[in-house]
Amino acid sequence: MKEISLKETVLISGFGGQGVMLAGRLICRAGMDEDKFVTFFPSYGAEMRGGTANCQVIISDEPIGSPVVDTPDFLICFNKPSFIKFSENTADDSSIIINSDLYQPENSGNYDLYKVPANNIAEECGNLLAMNSAMAGAFASLSNMITLDTLKGALPVILTKRKEKYWSLNIKAAEKGFDYISSL
Amino acid sequence: MKELWKGNLAIVEGAISGGADAYFGYPITPQNEVTEYMSLRMREEKRIFLQAESELGAINMVFGAALTGKKALTSSSSPGISLMQEGISYIAGAELPSVIINVQRGGPGLGNISGAQGDYYQAVKGGGHGDYRLIVFTPGSVQEMYEMTRDSFKAAFKYRNPVMILTDGILGQMIEPAEIDTDNSSYNKTTADTGWNLSGAHKRKPRMIRSLIMGDGALEEHNYKLFDKYKKMKELTDWEETNTKDADVILVGYGTSARINLDVCRRAKKEGLSIGSFRLKTAFPFPSERINELSAKADFVVTEMSMGQMVDDVRLSVSDNTTVEFHGKPGGGIPEADKIFELAKGLIK
Repeated sequence: MKEISLKETVLISGFGGQGVMLAGRLICRAGMDEDKFVTFFPSYGAEMRGGTANCQVIISDEPIGSPVVDTPDFLICFNKPSFIKFSENTADDSSIIINSDLYQPENSGNYDLYKVPANNIAEECGNLLAMNSAMAGAFASLSNMITLDTLKGALPVILTKRKEKYWSLNIKAAEKGFDYISSL
Repeated sequence: MKELWKGNLAIVEGAISGGADAYFGYPITPQNEVTEYMSLRMREEKRIFLQAESELGAINMVFGAALTGKKALTSSSSPGISLMQEGISYIAGAELPSVIINVQRGGPGLGNISGAQGDYYQAVKGGGHGDYRLIVFTPGSVQEMYEMTRDSFKAAFKYRNPVMILTDGILGQMIEPAEIDTDNSSYNKTTADTGWNLSGAHKRKPRMIRSLIMGDGALEEHNYKLFDKYKKMKELTDWEETNTKDADVILVGYGTSARINLDVCRRAKKEGLSIGSFRLKTAFPFPSERINELSAKADFVVTEMSMGQMVDDVRLSVSDNTTVEFHGKPGGGIPEADKIFELAKGLIK
């Protein structure tokens, strides 16, 4: 665990369609519900699916200037290309969470590496698409800014009423992602 | 109550809260959410949404709606705004209130879809032909995207002049908490007779609105009248200062570049350096007098997401022996906080 900090910067990256943006908005919402200052900034190409996508979230005790994150405290990789692209440019003492069902890197940098079998966790919960919630849950267990409870509370808000049937599945995936890291 | 809002959507809610009667637009990244969300919201609010066949169509539809006295707006991003320049000059010449949103992207040409600030000259110095000025608001947060768009019609109607909301793709795409009023039940379609709008000359003298003014000396007179008006707009001048009192160096920016400056300010404070921030909220009128006052005690670093445009106006405002340094990144690049900090530190004697 890191020391209590005033600000956490997060970069989440993966293929388009893996739920990168939703995970980012979820963490952002949880931060807001903790009465923190938050920003979310998306970055993606023109593709709906298959392209690379990333988003940047800042959670802070102070007002946030630029929403752009160059060197994240937390890098959350949903796939291998994301790890290769961003892992060499994280902050000092950063943490990287990797979806280890898609890539198992060697721990070779100035960061703590957390391998989370997020695809498996999501499938155990009933749907592979909840992988992003499992990864967000894993982040919540490392973060000093958000808790599992606020994350779970934010899920229905972000998924919206229209997707109510997916609420419990995603909440379960978030819990399991959280527990996986906590039990390491 | 604060909710998470995307900048582009906050613009839409701002326009609706401000009483917009009609929106005309043509899609372009990074402001597509404006057009898309407008198509949903304007229908919900039983107002006019029309997707034009092009940016030229959109701005001329704004022209047409504005001369009937209605509150009309359009939005686009840099290349699309370039296409609108002829129409903007006509609207300014014909003295019609309207609102134009520019969510700037990288240029020149089609450029790219990253946020940028390369259209300052175009917005502030007149991108179209002739001697005219736009009122230019420069929001710095999602909250201000909402508020400035909401209030823009007031300024537009007060001065019978187009207002430009000059923002960028980062503010358009980012999400942050904002307090936005989505209850617009008190809205009534704009029907007031302004004394100039074309509403059908039933039981009154016909009126004429035109930008072709051919009479002997008439256009010269018209230009003097416009410039009297532009002078009066000074009262709209607005800015925000942070830690400028007794600052050795003041960072100047607007929109996203000003947000980066604020990060630098906060770092400076922690390191015991006296660095302030000056953020434009209007680019026209430009806060020259205040910058001149501040230049008696401080030097400046100007930050822009361009090779330096607004910096000219800062240099014209400061007193003679003030140093003005510049840090900018063009083509969608993001200014570097470290570089700004080093430049500012270098100016502290």
